[in-house]
Amino acid sequence: MTSAPVTEPLTSETYFTNAIAAALAEAMDEDETVMVLGEDVELSTIGCTKGLVERFGRNRVRNSPISEATVVGSCVGAAATGLRPVMDLMFSSFFYVAMDQVANQAARLRYMSGGQVSLPLVYFAGSGPSGSAAAQHSENPHPMLMQVAGLKVVFPSTPADAKGLLLASIRDPNPVVYLLDLMLAGTKGPVSNEPYAIPLGVGEVKRPGGDVTVVAIASTVPQALAVAEELQASDGISVEVIDPRTLVPFDWQLVFESVRRTGRLVVVDPARRTCGAAAEITARVTESCWGALKSVPRRVTWEDVPIPFSPALELAVIVRPELIRDAVRASTAEAS
Amino acid sequence: MMNYQVMNSSVDADLTVEELLWLYERMARIRAFETKVQTLFKRGTLPGFVHLYVGEEAVAVGACSVLERTDRITSTHRGHGHLIAKGADVSRMMAELLGRATGYCKGKGGSMHIVDYSLGILGANGIVGGGLPIATGAGLADHVLGRSHVTVCFFGDGAANQGVLLESLNLSAVWGLPVIYVCENNHYTEWMRTEDITAGGIAERALPFGVPGIKVDGNDVLAVRAAARDAVDRARAGGGPTLIEAETYRQLAHNEGEEVFSGPYRPNAEIESWTKRDPIVAFRARLRDQAGVEEATLERIDEQERELIEAALRFANESQMPDAADALRDLYVEEPA
Repeated sequence: MTSAPVTEPLTSETYFTNAIAAALAEAMDEDETVMVLGEDVELSTIGCTKGLVERFGRNRVRNSPISEATVVGSCVGAAATGLRPVMDLMFSSFFYVAMDQVANQAARLRYMSGGQVSLPLVYFAGSGPSGSAAAQHSENPHPMLMQVAGLKVVFPSTPADAKGLLLASIRDPNPVVYLLDLMLAGTKGPVSNEPYAIPLGVGEVKRPGGDVTVVAIASTVPQALAVAEELQASDGISVEVIDPRTLVPFDWQLVFESVRRTGRLVVVDPARRTCGAAAEITARVTESCWGALKSVPRRVTWEDVPIPFSPALELAVIVRPELIRDAVRASTAEAS
Repeated sequence: MMNYQVMNSSVDADLTVEELLWLYERMARIRAFETKVQTLFKRGTLPGFVHLYVGEEAVAVGACSVLERTDRITSTHRGHGHLIAKGADVSRMMAELLGRATGYCKGKGGSMHIVDYSLGILGANGIVGGGLPIATGAGLADHVLGRSHVTVCFFGDGAANQGVLLESLNLSAVWGLPVIYVCENNHYTEWMRTEDITAGGIAERALPFGVPGIKVDGNDVLAVRAAARDAVDRARAGGGPTLIEAETYRQLAHNEGEEVFSGPYRPNAEIESWTKRDPIVAFRARLRDQAGVEEATLERIDEQERELIEAALRFANESQMPDAADALRDLYVEEPA
């Protein structure tokens, strides 16, 4: 009896964190100047850097002290002189500890030097509420980072996007902040086993629809998709869900074209309302698609407070599916 | 104290007269540049504000004199001297100070942000202590990639109170990075006397990390050079970082034009006593008395450097202002859509 030849599957169901670990290993394989440093990258608390030190050694995979400002800044000096560092900050709340080096140095040195230097580096961090982590471990700082000018900001919603966008981020010659939404860390999805890159600045229609455009970010994408299915069945509303995937650069044309077709916009942003990504997206759409709008662009965001500890309180301030549902219904109920 | 030493002034017997005169020339160039910039500021022809290096020239020149072109420096808000010592083109510097398109940064950086990556100048820096992590990172790259370059990180006594100094010393020490941290202690943190806001010494801050802490007369170019030579040799040999505290004095303002708000904040006797110890005057005397250099030779160098700076100013003045559209360029390597 002969057995069938064993072949590697083209895709496998993969955890978000494993997709990230795979991209890191691929990047380190293809370019020996790529190194990984940060807090507990050897142990890897959520698994994104698991196995790297065994495979690539302690020269290229380094546990660093909890000195966010200096380690973030050292990536700037290292990137200016021949390395492609990927730094794991563990939690994106810790960007605040290092903001001089992030904003005044990493994001400024190319521009201030008249384009003399490129800084190919990635600041990686778990981000957002993960369940009673409270206000200093639950931040989503992407709106602040979008405002800095000089950083690219990546915030994927699926394991497949996570892998392709991380490889692109590491290959990118600019400073990139790559956020892993911690609500998605334990989710799975189909991921190609081959290395591939997804270009930064290209969003994706995750679900086509004709009545209303929902732009959702990171963990609010699966929430929006679930709401879209529910509303299709219950109300007959056809919801188009767009995931920009990267916030800087932003795929404005994809959103504008969708809104010109649907005439309605709901932006779902897992961040505080004031000066958030949702504020910018609704403003730009209003400026560019005013004539096509049939209803007021709506925002679904966090409340303007820090993330509280108690599960009852946390749920009261973050994005919930029913808020998305209410906003979509209100948008489509409003007459043009 | 372990690892702690005060370097005494000594003439390096190995230095030739040509090498001694190179040191003098660089110091004279810095002095001529800064003197011209001061004049431009007083005339109101300089945009923004500037921090001048007059009185501290021996630190930059002494330290950079032992560096190769491929070695790197990070600098400070008071950075003109470091850049000139590392070989920067004074014409492109002057053009940058005047906001011209021909400046090092095409007019985007100004006095506090001049960069020349081709010379290993990773940048002046407007944030006090901002260069400390960056220099540490350049050392990390050298270490990871197995290169024999070193990085000199200039910072001031004010920056010695930034947490990133201790973080950088720690990181460099645990990883054995080839970085030489050179603190220019000019005794003033902006308009505050540093000793009033600083506990303990600065060179001593290296010691708990097992890093050599060296104290040196920052107005003696040969003493600075000797200390830097030891530290650079140690770093290249894999011996890790060194902290050098060079005691000096800024003879001019924190920033030009300060008198409109600062009033007198330093005792006249203090300024006079340090001016008497001017590093260029002192080195001239040594060149004459100990190396047999003719006064006329030194005057010729002074004149040559003043002419170089005049030519730099002409270049800057004849250069175009940047195109307004250029304000939107150079943010990313590939411009985002």
